[in-house]
Amino acid sequence: MFPRPIEHQSRAIQISYQVMLPLALILWLLPLIGVAVTSVKPASDLAAGNYFGLPSELALSNYADVFTNSPIGQYIWNSFKVTIPTVIGTLVLSCLTGFALGIYRFRGNIWVFFMFVAGNFVPFQILMVPVRDMTVNLGLYNTTTGLVLFHVAFQTGFCTLFMRNFIRALPRELIEAARVEGVSEFQIFWYVVLPLMKPAIAALAVLIFTFIWNDYFWATVLTTSKETQPVTAGLYSLNGQWIAQWQLVSAGAIIAALPPVAMFFLMQKHFIAGLTLGAVK
Amino acid sequence: MSSASTETHSRSWWRENQQKLTPYIFLIPGVIFFLFYVIVPIFESFWLSTYDWDGLGEKEFIGMANYAELFDDEAFYTSLKNNVIWLVLYLLAIPAGLGIAIFLNQKVRGIRAYKSLFFFPFVISQVVVGLIFAWFYAPGFGLFYMIIEKITGSEIAILADERFATYGIIFAGLWPQIAYCMILYLTGLNAVDPEQIEAARLDAAKGFKMLWYIILPQLRPATFLAMVVTVIGALRSFDLVSIMTDGGPYGSTRVLSFYMYEQALSEYGYRMGYGASVAVILFLIMMVFITGFIWKMVGDERKGF
Repeated sequence: MFPRPIEHQSRAIQISYQVMLPLALILWLLPLIGVAVTSVKPASDLAAGNYFGLPSELALSNYADVFTNSPIGQYIWNSFKVTIPTVIGTLVLSCLTGFALGIYRFRGNIWVFFMFVAGNFVPFQILMVPVRDMTVNLGLYNTTTGLVLFHVAFQTGFCTLFMRNFIRALPRELIEAARVEGVSEFQIFWYVVLPLMKPAIAALAVLIFTFIWNDYFWATVLTTSKETQPVTAGLYSLNGQWIAQWQLVSAGAIIAALPPVAMFFLMQKHFIAGLTLGAVK
Repeated sequence: MSSASTETHSRSWWRENQQKLTPYIFLIPGVIFFLFYVIVPIFESFWLSTYDWDGLGEKEFIGMANYAELFDDEAFYTSLKNNVIWLVLYLLAIPAGLGIAIFLNQKVRGIRAYKSLFFFPFVISQVVVGLIFAWFYAPGFGLFYMIIEKITGSEIAILADERFATYGIIFAGLWPQIAYCMILYLTGLNAVDPEQIEAARLDAAKGFKMLWYIILPQLRPATFLAMVVTVIGALRSFDLVSIMTDGGPYGSTRVLSFYMYEQALSEYGYRMGYGASVAVILFLIMMVFITGFIWKMVGDERKGF
């Protein structure tokens, strides 16, 4: 059940493989294609029962409609306001923790490390009541800042795991050599290790961007109004308003999905390196 | 004069001890944040689960009463049962992902683009996935609805039918989860040794044996990671339930995380303590798996040194 490399197969098999690939892909992405097509269908098509055919005309007006008649622009902006500071904050914290855990041997190193790992596996629902309460007490309930602070803390667990493993794989001789030269520990971090961490930083940046952009649970727990809600939570409430207007729901869904998708295609290599934790190379 | 000497003194003290102190300085911000927002709240939830609290007024200590109520709560058992169904069916994502990965593991023109397009469902938000599938199941015109009507001849509104709604949601969830497992296996397959496969082929290994004895052992790290993310994904499931059915019809699609949310922040009044007790149960279930995962990771760490 493990096929030979296709180049060693007969011509017929090669051709049928080439034919099967696009068919399999279309089947796999059928739900997405359906939504994309619906998003450019005029409402009249849907009313006339044309659900699966091609649109009678390209109704880009659905997108204009979504932007002008719903606060989706605001939602998208909120999403950026949550996502970008979270990415920066998480990267800063986890570069520091990763460096400390990856370079130094000290008592409790492994325990601090496993605290981060275990916290990262926890079903985050158990944090909901206390975190919500804490955010309310800090006066940050229903603000993007409140959401950012929590995300930074939680994602630091995963990122520390990643950074620490990455730093551990760096050649130790570099650091030893710098120490012999009398370079201070802070300078080693800044001038020796940090430049080598660029691939890890890039990988985590895309990954965290996608995770946070797509977060829905915390968005609904910590924000409530359209001035603060990210697009995932916003889409949920819009879906309630747009009952049976599938062309609008589809257009909204496509708009919400676009930023992480763009991010993924631009930085694919880093994204996949991040997802596989660098564990399976 | 004296200040200059203390300065050199303190500087040399720092120089001598900086290797010891630096890790702690670097850890402080991250650890404080993590303790504050993740570790302490876990214990707080345990503590809160012994109280009756509406989120605003006085907390009233009620001991194990929340749990006593829980074990008598029909909705809790429904959620628990659904979580088990989620877990079992979600595991199908692992072989399915492996299958697609093996299918795509060829060197032909444009295969890279195919691989990333197959991965697509994982990149989009579960909210979007939920909306897409809700549309596909929509009674009257949804594609799946029509297919099922063609095959069985009966009209079934999947998400409105207590018998099928949970399965409909899980099916939607499997779509991105399979994509995730696929990418883990694809990266794993890159590391598979082609010479070993050729050697096995010469020894006439084929079919299932080839997969089981030659390929899978080399994919062990990928399988482990796929297990971890799939189990966690199944137990954390919330988004799709909330988007697609909001727990309905008649609460039949609730899972523990959704039920907790509903109890703690429901429109019928906040029951934070009761919600926390549901979260504690979910945590304990997850703990069984987390302990296993960490056990293995510690073992690997030890081997690594």
